[in-house]
Order: sequence, then C-alpha cells, then structure tokens
Amino acid sequence: MSVRASLAGNGQELVIQVDGRFDFSAHQEFRDAYESASQVRKYIVDLGGATYLDSSALGMLLLLRDHAGGDHSEISITNCNDDVRKILAISNFEQLFTIQ
Amino acid sequence: MTAYKVLIADDNSVDRKVLSRVVRNQGNEVIEATNGFEAVDIFTEHRPDIVLMDVMMPGLNGKEATRQIKSIAEEDFVPVIFLTSLSDAQSLADCLESGGDDFLTKPYNHVVLQAKIDSYHRMSEMHRTLLNQRDEIARVNRHMLQEQRVAKAVYDNVAHAGCLTSPNIRYELSPLAVFNGDVLLAARKPGGGMHVLLGDFTGHGLPAAIGAMPMADIFYGMTAKGFGLREVLREINQKLKSILPVGFFCCAAAVDLAPDRQAASVWMGGVPDCYLLRNDGERIETLSSRHLPLGVMSADKFNDQMTEFPMANGDRLFLWSDGIIEARNSDGEMFGQERLINVVRDSAHASDVYDDIQRAVDEFVDGSEQDDDTTLIEVVMDDALREDNESGVTKAGISQGPRDWSMEYRLEASTLKSFNPVPLMNHIMMEVPGLRAIGGQLYTVVAELFSNAFEHGVLGLQSSMKQSPDGFIEYYRQREKRVAELEEGFVRINMHHTGVGESGTLTLTLEDSGDGFDYKRHDREEGSGNNYSGRGIPLIESICDSIEYRGKGNEVSVVIHWPLEQAT
Repeated sequence: MSVRASLAGNGQELVIQVDGRFDFSAHQEFRDAYESASQVRKYIVDLGGATYLDSSALGMLLLLRDHAGGDHSEISITNCNDDVRKILAISNFEQLFTIQ
Repeated sequence: MTAYKVLIADDNSVDRKVLSRVVRNQGNEVIEATNGFEAVDIFTEHRPDIVLMDVMMPGLNGKEATRQIKSIAEEDFVPVIFLTSLSDAQSLADCLESGGDDFLTKPYNHVVLQAKIDSYHRMSEMHRTLLNQRDEIARVNRHMLQEQRVAKAVYDNVAHAGCLTSPNIRYELSPLAVFNGDVLLAARKPGGGMHVLLGDFTGHGLPAAIGAMPMADIFYGMTAKGFGLREVLREINQKLKSILPVGFFCCAAAVDLAPDRQAASVWMGGVPDCYLLRNDGERIETLSSRHLPLGVMSADKFNDQMTEFPMANGDRLFLWSDGIIEARNSDGEMFGQERLINVVRDSAHASDVYDDIQRAVDEFVDGSEQDDDTTLIEVVMDDALREDNESGVTKAGISQGPRDWSMEYRLEASTLKSFNPVPLMNHIMMEVPGLRAIGGQLYTVVAELFSNAFEHGVLGLQSSMKQSPDGFIEYYRQREKRVAELEEGFVRINMHHTGVGESGTLTLTLEDSGDGFDYKRHDREEGSGNNYSGRGIPLIESICDSIEYRGKGNEVSVVIHWPLEQAT
C-alpha cells in the first residue's frame, strides 16, 4: 500500500494516488495527503493501482469529501478496476463522487 | 555509579579475596560464599543482582548450584557468570549449557569484569521491565474482558430483544471480537408482519457496538409503536448521522414483510446483492443496493424509497453482510459473489440453500482466520405472521390516541427563511397510532406539498426549470437567492383529522401567498412524463384518496383514509 499526492492545474487540483490494498492502514497517509494541501478546489483520487478497498477506505473517501466542502466538494475517483468499481457501486458512492 | 549486589562463590580463598577486592573497589557490594551449598543459601537470603560462580567446588559444584539458583529465581533474571581457569572451547561451552549466562577466565581483566557486570545489570533491568509490562498488560486485558462481558450483556439485551428466534428466521452471526460489526434485528409489527434489519457497521468492536445500540433502540421502539419501516429507517439514518464521526456508517438491508398482502419491501444501502427464492420455482431473483449506507446522508437528502415485490408463503429471502463474500481461504482468495450464486443455483431446493451456503463457506475458509464478520440470515414468508403481535401495540392500541382534532399553522416570511415545519407537522400526525404505519409516506407528502407551496408559491420558482440537469442546478441557485431576499409571503397549513378508532381520515390543506398556477391545464397534461419535478408526484397520488386544487391554484387539499387499502 502506498499513497502519493501531487498538485496539478496551477495548484488547484490535488491528485491522490493509492496503490495496493486501500484499507485502514492507509488512514494516516491518506489524511496527510489532503490535509497538507491548501488552495485546492478539485480532488482526483486515482485508484488505478488499488487492488481492493474496504469499508474503512469508503470512510476515508467520506472524510475527504467532508474536508473538501461536503455537498459543494468536487471529487473524482478515477481508473477503478472492476472489483473496486463494484464496491463503490454497492455503496452507491456515485451519488457522492464522480466515478470515472 | 550504581552499586550492585554481587555474590562471589569460590572455594579457593585467595582467588575469592582477590576478586572480591576488585569488585568492591569498583563500587559494588560483595557477598562471599565458600562453596555451592552456601552460595544457594546466601542467594535465597540476599537475592544478589548477579552471581560470579567458580565451576569446580567440593560438595555442590558450580553448575549444580547454578541450576538451583536459577530455579529459586523463577522468572527473575539473575545472571550467573562462571569463573574458570579452563580455556578450551568445549569447557567454556559446557559452562553455558549448564545454565550459566557467561564466563570469565582467570586471570581476570578488571575492565572486562566491570563491563560484564554492567552489561548484565542492564539486561536484568530490561527483563524486569518486560515482566512488569507483561503483568500490566495481562491485568488490563483481564479488566477489559470483564468490562466487555458486562457491556455485551447490555448490548445483547438491547440488540437482540426482538424476534430473531421466530420459526421463519434462520441466522448466523459470527463475532470477530466480543462485539460484532454486524447487527441483526427483527421485530413483529403490531398489526401483523415483521421488520428485519441487517446492518454492517464500518469497523468492528466498540465503535460498531456503540452505533448499534441506538439503532436497535429506534428499530424496536418505533416498530412496536406501529411506525412504518421507512420512518424507522429515516430516524435511524438521522441518529447515526448525528452520532457517528464522518467516515463511519452502517451498510444495511431492511425488509418489511407483509403476509396479509403476500408482499415484501426492501431498502438496501451499501450491502451486496441479496437473493429471493420462490418456493415453487427455480428462478433466483436478485435484489440490489440502491442507496447510500445509513448515516451518510443528512436527513433532508436521505432516500427512504423501498422496492416492493410479491412474496408468497414459503418464499425465501437471503441477506448477508459482505463478510460472506469476502471470506478468504488460506491462499487469501475471496469466496466471491460468483461462488455464492453458484451455491444457490446448485441447491436442490430453496429450503437447502441456507445449509448449503454455510457448508460451502466453511469448506472454503477451512479454518483460516476471518477478516470480517460473516452474517447470514434467511427470512421465510409465513402466514402465521399475520396474527397480531402479543407484545407491544395491538390493534386495540391503534384505537387509542387523538381521534378528532384540527390545527392550523401559519408561517410568515421571516419564519420561512430558515425554518422547516415538516418534522413538526409529522410529529403531530404521528400522535395518531393509525398513521404511524404510513409515517414515511406521510412525511414525503407533507414535505412535497410544503416545498411546492414555498418554492413555487411564495418564491415563485417555476418547476419546469427542473426538467434538465442544468436547470436543476440553476433552480437551486435561484432558490437560495430568493430565500435570502424574501421579505413577504406566507404558507398556511391546516390539518384536520377525524377517526372512529380503527380507521380515520386526515385532511391536509396548504395555502400560500403565491400567484397559483393553471391547475386545470396541468390536470390535462398529467402523465406527460416530466421526470424531474411536478406538482402531482406519483407518491402523493398513490397514498391520497383525493387531491384538489382550489382558488387560483395557490391552495391544495389532500385527503388520506387509513388504514391504506392497497400497497403503497
């Protein structure tokens, strides 16, 4: 598991890449990734390298959403594999996030 | 420097005196023993920190004395360093094998001697700290287990107070810890039928159990009072949303069994697909999660829409938490949805499915450690459920409560800006026991009528704007702006109820200060399929016996007779 964050779009977009198993062990790193960035308007969570996510990962996504402004937040979840996409679909997270 | 208590055992008095002086000069306290027996006695009495032991002594030799000292010391670490003039490898190795910790060869090097004493002292300190910590952990753990046992007893009383033992239910809850992230609740409805809820909280143990307590409380309390499942879910969602930290939630599947109508409705949020098996058929019907889990959405955005389907006696519904699907075998492979559906498909009869699933999962996992709680429940439609529940509110109870009453509530502009009267209106209606079973639908009716009166009437927003996704956003932008600028206007709500005990009639009338609309034209165009909005939403029509617009279209009156005749 690893979490990497990088800024794009003139520093207004934060790309958070999570690789491997996205579960509770990523908690602190994932939080650090978005809490250390300021002036960010749009968030992209790249799960291209994520093999699995559990309910605490869903919880972390909700925390990010809260941090990003709740209903006014702009968060895309990208590059999900089929398993990950399925978990997001079961939880109906497409109602809260843009899933690509 | 710290003074250590050092026991020196040597039958050669010259050697012993020399060594004693050296050790004492280095600031240590020395006790001398002249043979093995004396060494053991002195050790027992004085408990030195470290022992320097000659190997060859008459009577009890050094190795045997060491064995006895180590046994007396029990789990305390007392380093024994052998003193020897031998220098061949085998003899030195023998010293260590017999229980000694180290050796010193004669003649002694003073610097090495002191360094060894210091080093072993550090080791015994470390050993002592370790033992203390071990004891502390054991003590804390015993205490925690005891607390958990008491808490679990309380938890079980609250969470499992219902009717999980009913003959139409089979279930398995396998706890990961003393507490369990999964919750199973089942309660008989006062007028016959049953509510079942399977919940899977994020995480396990204490945090999950804490959320389960109010959940169970609301579920049993409201079901016993005759509230409909939608209302129960709405309340649970609101409670969890307010008490759980962001990121914690509860995936859930809730079932309302209505044996009198031979039907069931489900609400599923965040749980894997569940299956419905007909008693007489081979087809597997799949039910899927359509909602976000409980505790994620705020009360005003929560969707309590349920899916209804016919369910005849003997038909079976299978619900599970993701634990079954994510159960892993020793290779770390997951059981998976596909294996699950194959088990269901391969079962000889619907009544075998439960056992077959259990067996298949057990065989697959085969003793490897569980990652998650695995919960499985089978709910069978049973005609016996039609009978009234003996406990809680019976049909006789429904006849109690307010029968004939009316009230009027007029909200002026300054109030409308920031106050939502719908929960209060709902609260008043819920005082009538007969209305509780349709509380969820009533809530929606009042909410819809009120937002029509406020948004289209008082604020003058056009519902046609909402017909495109872009317009939808624009609509809410406009709404926010107009609310901020609102200076005059009103909404008047009138509720009127008459009842004879087991049935009653509720009339809701809403009037607003707006310009109204051409309801005659609207009536003609009804059913023309506007998806995003509309004044005559299907739900209102399905529950209300009549909807009547009056005046210039700024007044609407709906009539609801209870009990409802058909499915809603």
